[in-house]
Amino acid sequence: MYNDKVMDHFFNPRNVGEIENPDGVGRVGNPICGDVMQMQIKVKDGRIEDIKFKTFGCGAAIATSSMVTELVKGLTLEEAMEVSNKTVAEALGGLPPQKMHCSNLAADALHEAIKDYLSKTSAPK
Amino acid sequence: MTSEHASPTRLVYLDHSATTPVRPEVLSVMMPYFAQAFGNASSIHRWGREARVAVETAREKVAYLLGAEPSEIIFTSGGTEADNLALRSTAYRLRSKGNHIITSAVEHHAILHTCEALEKEGFEVTYLPVDKYGMVSVERVREAIRPETILISVMHGQNEVGTIQPIEEIGSLAREKGILFHTDAVQSAGKVPLKVKDMDIDMATISSHKLYGPKGVGALYVRKGVRIAPQITGGSHERGRRAGTENVAGIVGFGEACYLAEREMAEESKRLSDLRDRLINGILEKIPDTVLNGHPTKRLPHNVNVSFKYVEGESILLNLDRVGVAASSGSACTSGSLEPSHVLLAMGIPHELAHGSIRMTLGRSNTVEDIDYVLEVLPPIVARLREMSPFSAKAN
Repeated sequence: MYNDKVMDHFFNPRNVGEIENPDGVGRVGNPICGDVMQMQIKVKDGRIEDIKFKTFGCGAAIATSSMVTELVKGLTLEEAMEVSNKTVAEALGGLPPQKMHCSNLAADALHEAIKDYLSKTSAPK
Repeated sequence: MTSEHASPTRLVYLDHSATTPVRPEVLSVMMPYFAQAFGNASSIHRWGREARVAVETAREKVAYLLGAEPSEIIFTSGGTEADNLALRSTAYRLRSKGNHIITSAVEHHAILHTCEALEKEGFEVTYLPVDKYGMVSVERVREAIRPETILISVMHGQNEVGTIQPIEEIGSLAREKGILFHTDAVQSAGKVPLKVKDMDIDMATISSHKLYGPKGVGALYVRKGVRIAPQITGGSHERGRRAGTENVAGIVGFGEACYLAEREMAEESKRLSDLRDRLINGILEKIPDTVLNGHPTKRLPHNVNVSFKYVEGESILLNLDRVGVAASSGSACTSGSLEPSHVLLAMGIPHELAHGSIRMTLGRSNTVEDIDYVLEVLPPIVARLREMSPFSAKAN
């Protein structure tokens, strides 16, 4: 049901783990639905210098998490905000239709992490 | 097949509650009925008579498994049709007497969705709750009975968690109250004794492909004296209770499978329950934060169902599949809906644990070596997924 690219990202996920003192953290989903994704970013000169994820979920949840980290590493925050769930699914060569809604939230988690970073940096010291 | 599925060192099929392979002995008795003895069992000529003899011999073998009379067996296209026939026939036939049906929250969808359809037609259905083991209480059945109750349907062996329901007690209660009792015995038939006469069962559903027979055939046992209103109408097949030319080869295979299952039941059940306990105990010992779902002892001999905290079932299944192990899960991802298994939720198991449930169902081909292989490959899979999970770090 999953294509080879999805299975590759599922079995060999890129950028799994946590960042020490991350600049931004995003978390979406909830355990009741069966999918929770956490993205942590390190930002340098307005670009995503490093990104790590941790995901509780199905094959699609893990593969999309892995793919989004690969897509956005090195991008500016503005560019990273442009990456959508749809972009991620396309980069994976497509997902089964029933997975498009429930497990394709990795870009949302990334956007939350970026917003978290922006809210911290723009906050008055 | 993707490259990720390349040649595991061992293939272990642990999904026998989904379906079983056709036994070679079963396949060989079926073969003549496709091309040589192809007659229609309703025909008067020698081809027809040959098919008729084959169907009636198979009927005797199915009856032998259930301790029933051959005339009490109606062949159907499978378990789902037999469940539909039992429920709909009783509901429509006894509508003038009452409109209330009692069933349980942990039935197979063949029962639950049929009950829901009947509710839309004006019937009232009580879905009995279960305890944490998935067990229906006889007292709850007693309390649910109303003057207008016309049918009680409670399954025998639960298909996901393996809990064996107290159907003997429910049967005798139903008999005492004069209410018809049906049991879906698809998972238990051929695994544990199911003698319909001793258990006060009025109707019982069984399926061929769960007990090493072919797919596409099943049966409804109907006690002599209980009338059946056909739900598939046409010719006078199955004594007017289920129309349609008999699936002769399938029925022959089903009969042989039932006969072999009955003959070997005691020995095979003992062997399977030993393997089951080896697998359950091994998993609980080797993998922390794991819980057994279902009853520890009142359990089908081939059923293992466990939940691993902090991980999701489909991810485990994909990893198991890569190393050659076939299992199933109660997670939403594998149920084809957004909700995890209705059975686990009815047992009060939290959503996140239901998502992390794995069912492994053993069968004739499985050996001690298979179990030990699973116990070798499963712990690192769970450990790796837990490392990726945002929950396990918190818990540590």
